[in-house]
Order: sequence, then structure tokens, then C-alpha cells
Amino acid sequence: MIDLRSLYQDVILDHSRNPRNSGTLELHSHEANGNNPLCGDKVRVYLRVGNGKIDDIRFEAKGCAISVASASMMTELIKGSEIGNARATFERFHEIVTRKGEISDDELEALDKLATLIGVREFPMRVKCATLPWHTMTAALDGVADDVTTE
Amino acid sequence: MTVANGAYDVDAIRRDFPILGEIVYDKPLVYLDNGASAQKPKAVIDSLSRVYETEYANVHRGVHYMSQKATDAMEGAREKARSFINAEHAHEAIFVRGATEGINLVASSWGRANLEAGDEIVLSVMEHHSNIVPWQMVAEQTGAEIRVAPIDDEGVLDMGALESLIGPRTRMVAITHVSNALGTVVPVEDAIRLARRHGALVLLDGCQAVPHMAVDVRALDVDFYVFSGHKLYGPSGIGILYGKEALLKAMPPYQGGGEMIESVTFEKTTYAGLPFKFEAGTPHIAGAIGLGAAIDYVTGIGLDRIGAHESDILEYATARLGALNSVRLIGTAPEKAAIVSFNLEDVHPHDVGTILDREGVAVRTGHHCAQPVMDRFDVAATVRASFGLYNTKQEVDALVDALGRVQEIFGR
Repeated sequence: MIDLRSLYQDVILDHSRNPRNSGTLELHSHEANGNNPLCGDKVRVYLRVGNGKIDDIRFEAKGCAISVASASMMTELIKGSEIGNARATFERFHEIVTRKGEISDDELEALDKLATLIGVREFPMRVKCATLPWHTMTAALDGVADDVTTE
Repeated sequence: MTVANGAYDVDAIRRDFPILGEIVYDKPLVYLDNGASAQKPKAVIDSLSRVYETEYANVHRGVHYMSQKATDAMEGAREKARSFINAEHAHEAIFVRGATEGINLVASSWGRANLEAGDEIVLSVMEHHSNIVPWQMVAEQTGAEIRVAPIDDEGVLDMGALESLIGPRTRMVAITHVSNALGTVVPVEDAIRLARRHGALVLLDGCQAVPHMAVDVRALDVDFYVFSGHKLYGPSGIGILYGKEALLKAMPPYQGGGEMIESVTFEKTTYAGLPFKFEAGTPHIAGAIGLGAAIDYVTGIGLDRIGAHESDILEYATARLGALNSVRLIGTAPEKAAIVSFNLEDVHPHDVGTILDREGVAVRTGHHCAQPVMDRFDVAATVRASFGLYNTKQEVDALVDALGRVQEIFGR
């Protein structure tokens, strides 16, 4: 069962059990809620943005291992980065997990730790779990008032 | 076709369902998602082919041979539905797309004609969204209020609370016969008795009941009863709304169109009688006939025998799952039908579902369209194994083994 191990790699299990940057952010400039009505996953993302940079990010999540791990990795990757870079990271990740074709080694490397999440490509129902925190983060940046949903 | 006498031959029954021979991820399919939709026996599949190959045309319209044949077949299916729930008249069995449409029909047609501001609709907390949202919609339109009867920690409906909620302003009590998320069998006879004291009508959602137990709408003296064909081993897109003749006659049409009229002019249109008043447009002809075949199939085996077999499976599954330390059973009512809902400690149901799937075990994970139940037990979702007439103890073992695989992957 190589495919299940590729979905539930140790890195993912570690992030889901010990999520980084989890909790609320008292002083924040942006926030948004995301939910996946199919499975009941809920995530809330807080951002503190200044001078075009994400100075701090935290999240609260009630969800599966994939969504929590993805949220945790997201906070590590984009904390301290330019808004444009954060958005670009998601676009690259989103394109790759929803792509049908091959992925090159260079692309994998560019994904950094998100590369551990690309196992979701084999589980179409789970792609939304991996992307929900990211959609929620971009909705927070966009100042979207309504909750984000995967549907 | 399986015989109604003798021992319950589950192997023979399984051979009636072609899909049960399918292999998924190199493993035999273990289908434990019957609460969402049941698989179809060859008799139902063949009936659909037979309709289209030998007896198809539009119904109730043509003077020609095929139209008459299709009409006879569809009306024959209506009679089977009548007999199945022991209604007095076949025209009390309205063909609808499913239970959802049946409830919407009653909420919209009966509700808008009869509800006024301050009237009350009583539901239970364990309703499927389809027995909540239509009532919310009509409540918003009419100013009626919704009151919700609670359940206890086992998932048993609090009859004392129900009694105190039903009062002189209660016009409708709409509750499930069997909970889709928990499997609780509701003592609907008692609920109907409470409603009668105050002259309220009762609608029962029978989706999760009719595949597992014999239902007699006249013995119950229920006003409306709905069920979906696809959970009863029939086609999807077809179901039955039963309503007492006098109530249905007094209700305005739900949708307008062909088939539901007597005569149409721009000055005045008069409506057809029952059941056609509620069947605007060309119905799901083959689906209705397929539902008739499904009813023949389950009654051929016998609902008492099906129920006894499923009780065995449920008892076995409850014992095996209950013996696992990591499992929390959700819904432990003394009276249950064919459903076991649970969670694994520290593993989200969605992850459980994915791993079980790769072991060939199909279960439902999520909120089961019953979010108030999830809130009641303070969980976001559960894993639900729901059994049908073809499931076996070996399949329960396969489920338990697959849960071991979850522990392997998520174990520390």
C-alpha cells in the first residue's frame, strides 16, 4: 500500500499532531473562515500584514490530518514573506495538486515541504482538504467577508 | 430470486447483486454505505432494461399500445407501493423524485395553505437536513415557528420533551422514523398519539425505515409518510409520498404543468384528481417501474427476515467495534436499525474513510446531512457503517481489520 503511505507521510502526521502556529492571533489585520461542507472541515486563518509582508500568521482548524498539516505547513512557509510570494506559492501548489500530468523534479523541489502533500493527487476527494487553508488565507488577504467554502 | 422460506441464504442474496462481485483496489468490495444508497439486484436492473426494450412510451397520454403498456406498468408499480406500506388507496401514493421532494411538496403545498404566524412545527434534533430546511423555508414565508425536540446521550428521542413541545399551536410534527446518522428507531406510534391530542398532523421520514422493517401507514394512522426508492434497492430519482386521501385532496398543487390538469384555459384551469394533481410533467416512468421491482424483491425475501438478519449484523458490528479501545460509538439507543456511527480517537473520520476505502471498505464519513446531530455530540463528523440485506459478519470483520490499518498508519 505505497499510495496510502504517500498520502500519510510522517511529515504530514507530525504536522497534523503538532500543528505549528496554531491558535488565535490577538493583533491581526486580516482573518477569514473556510469550511468544507462535504466533510465538516473548518479552518480560521489570522494574518498580521504590514508593508506588503505577512508579519505573522496563525490558524485554528477542526479537520482531517491533511487539512491541518497543510495549514501548519502554510504558516511556516509564508510567515515573513511578501504577499505576492505567498499568493504565488499557493498558485504553484494548487496548479500541481490539480494537474493530471507529470511533475518535474525541479517543480517538486520548488514546492519545498509542500511536496509531501502532493500524494493527494491520487485521492481526488482529498485535494480540497489540502487547499482549503490556502483558499482561506487568500480570502483573508482579499478581505472577503463571507466564509470560504470548497463547494 | 431468493425464496421467502427456509434459512436466510445471504450467499444466494449476494448473487442477486452484480456489483457485489466487483473488485476495488485489488480487494473485494465491502459495501457498508447502504444508508446513503443501496445497491441494486438484478431484478431491478433487468426491469429498467425491460421497460426501455419492450414497454416504453409516455404515460397517461397516448391512445397507442406502448403508451398503454407503460401506463399499466407504472400504475402497477403504484399499486405495489400502496400494498408495501398498506395504504388504503393507490392514489394516496404520489411518485416523487425522492423523500426530499416529498417533504418539500408537503411543506410547500400543505404548509403555505395552512400555516399562519404563530403556528408551530415540531421537529427532532436528529432530522436529516431534508426534514429541516423545507420547514424553515415555509416557516419564513408564513411566520410559523419551528420547535425542536432533543435527544439524550444515547441518541434516544426525549419523549417527555416532545410531549411538552407539542401544544395547541402545533400544526405539524415532522420527524424521522429511523435516524440516518445514529440508527435510532423512533417510537413513532407514541409521537403520533401526542400529536393527535392537539390535532396536529404528522409527517414521518421513512427513508431509513422501509429498507429494514415493515411499515403500515394505516396501523400507524400517520398523515404523511415519505421514502426514497434508491435506499430500498430501487433506482435513484424516484420515491413515494404517501398522504391521507382527504389531506391530499384538500391541498393545492405543488407544481403546475402537464398531467396535473383537468382542463386549461387562460380564464380558468382545473386540476386533475389524485394522484396526478401532484405529478406535473412526465414522471420517472422507468424509475417508478424499477421501484416496483425493488418492492417485489424485498417483500419476496420478507422484511421480517431482512430485519432479523440485519439486527444480527448490527449486534455483531456493535460488539466488535465496541471492543476496540480507540472507538467511540455515537448513537447507542436500545432500539436501532442497521446503522453504526463512530469515531476513532485522534483520527479524523475523513482520514479513516480514505484508508478504509483503500481496503475496499466503503463507508460514509462526514456529517450525514444531519449537522444538528453532530453538534449534539460535539463532533464535526462521524464514520458511519450502514448495513443492508446482503451484508455479512465477514464484512464487519473486514471493517474491523481495515480500522487496524488506520491504527497502523496513524499509530505513534
